[in-house]
Amino acid sequence: MAHPILQAEDVSKTYDGFRAINALNFYLFPGELRTVIGPNGAGKSTFFDLLTGRAQPDTGSIKYADSDAAPAIDLTELNEYEIQRLGIGRKFQTPSVFAEHSVHTNLVLSLKGPRGVFASLFHRLDSTQRDRLDALLKLVRLEDKRHWKAGLLSHGEKQWLEIGMLLASEPRVLLVDEPAAGMTDEETHRTGELLLSLRGKHSIVVVEHDMTFVKQISDGGQVTVLHQGTVLCEGKFDEVQSNPQVRAVYLGRGKH
Amino acid sequence: MSAPASLSAVEPRFFTRTQWAAFLVPTLLLALVLPLLNAFLPADSFLRPSDFTLNLYGKYATYAVLALGVDLLWGYLGILSLGQALFFALGGYAFGMHLLLMIGKDGQYKSDLPDYMVFLGYKALPAHWEPFYSFPFATAAALIVPGLLAFVFGWLAFRSRIKGVYLSILTQALTYAAALLFFRNDFGFGGNNGFTDFKRILGADLSSPDTRRWLYVASVVLLAGVFLLYRWLTRAKFGHLMQAIRDGENRVLFSGYATARYKLFVFVLVAAITGLAGALYVPQVGIINPSEMTPEKSIEAVVWVAVGGRGTLLGPILGAIFVNALKSWATRAAPELWLYILGGLFVGVVLLLPGGLVSLPAKLRAFVARLRRSGDVPVADASKPSA
Repeated sequence: MAHPILQAEDVSKTYDGFRAINALNFYLFPGELRTVIGPNGAGKSTFFDLLTGRAQPDTGSIKYADSDAAPAIDLTELNEYEIQRLGIGRKFQTPSVFAEHSVHTNLVLSLKGPRGVFASLFHRLDSTQRDRLDALLKLVRLEDKRHWKAGLLSHGEKQWLEIGMLLASEPRVLLVDEPAAGMTDEETHRTGELLLSLRGKHSIVVVEHDMTFVKQISDGGQVTVLHQGTVLCEGKFDEVQSNPQVRAVYLGRGKH
Repeated sequence: MSAPASLSAVEPRFFTRTQWAAFLVPTLLLALVLPLLNAFLPADSFLRPSDFTLNLYGKYATYAVLALGVDLLWGYLGILSLGQALFFALGGYAFGMHLLLMIGKDGQYKSDLPDYMVFLGYKALPAHWEPFYSFPFATAAALIVPGLLAFVFGWLAFRSRIKGVYLSILTQALTYAAALLFFRNDFGFGGNNGFTDFKRILGADLSSPDTRRWLYVASVVLLAGVFLLYRWLTRAKFGHLMQAIRDGENRVLFSGYATARYKLFVFVLVAAITGLAGALYVPQVGIINPSEMTPEKSIEAVVWVAVGGRGTLLGPILGAIFVNALKSWATRAAPELWLYILGGLFVGVVLLLPGGLVSLPAKLRAFVARLRRSGDVPVADASKPSA
């Protein structure tokens, strides 16, 4: 098997005595679409915080390896923007787009490119970037609304815009927190199709609650179940679904 | 509203033709026509702006530069600094040092030393004053000293991710601490009297109408230049990022931008430019003292911006002029009421006209349209905004 692109080993994080993440091991392989499920408070968002530099683990290591040849990079030493620049993009649970900016500008600000102060002062879009913007707008189905203020979009459209912003930065790893929240069934299904189409080109981790959606996007891939900050089990959707421990955690609180 | 084709937000035209006209006409009027009328019309002509008027407008122009800086930070970047007058005053002090040295032996004590130094028993000019004999050095210092202070303060604050009200309080504490320091005689900058009795600038007599007219023109030109610079800045991708930091700093951070550096850049740039405005302010009012650094001064500048309309570049200019014109009048007509008027104005604008004076035309148009639709003239409506 190939070398994992993202590797978290024996990671723990405690907030005020609460063990949000507890001796967690997690391996993501290149091109994989991994679904992470787990009840509320299982540590899913904290896990993303640790991966993206928002928080640092108390113990354990988190490493990123761009390719088999490249040396692994320790993510616990880096901050949010340094990790993003490595090629790890994050979509938040509540859509966070720039409400006062147009859809177009939201994407422009997210495009891959230099991030420095002076680069931003003298920035000009070139024709490759324009084409890229057009393609992205088409992909997230917001071509007709490119001049709309992002704040005026529907909840589902904002989610799509944020996915588009994520893709604009051409990340290697996509961390996607509850992309289907607040979407209609049809929108949810289309989101699933979009994520499946990105599989292979990107390595993706999706945190989700909606089991229909999880079933759709897992599509033969691995599902990780988090519980009390650690991995309860990992496997194909059907295996996970029939796992008695998982059923106990989801259905019968207190039985485990 | 322009055509959709030109809406491409990141590379807009700097100005449309109408906007160029709207910029150039008042700028030429103020920087060229008024001074010419003042210089060449007979003193009793009703068209001639008085020396006093020009001097007043020059002062307003420097205030407007201060206000533009407050707005760039507050309206665009989301940082409410309650200490911007400190940078204005520091620029004023730096340039004031030069003006003080230029008095030469014409002071009360007929000494080479500034009067307050003689009074305090100085034997010689402190070494750090020597370079301020040079006009270019003093001008550069008016930019660099505020910029440097902003850099140190901003570097510490933004790196530690201090935000919102905490940052506002810190900026206020900074200006207050500086005021206390400058009030002390032993700090070496003239104590509570500050610097005054300036005689000349670049060899020209500061009391002559000619010199004052040139200072006025310089102030208007500075204001116009700063307006163009800030316009360029806010229209660039950089400006969009400023507003993105204001609306959702996390997303910007997670998009790979070191937001602290962006904030630091704007904070330092604004401080330096504000310092330059302060340098032009001092020869026009003839005095600089620590009262210019007290927190009230910075808060007043915030009120100008709120009244004029924050998040626009025209608003702060209108606000600075309007509120100061009101102040000039009120402090003569009813000095004890001025602070109540100022407070009332702030509350009134926040409640009734959150977009400030610049939003007034749109509000009025909407109001007139409503009247037209309803067809008849309504009886006095207490809830309508008064014009």
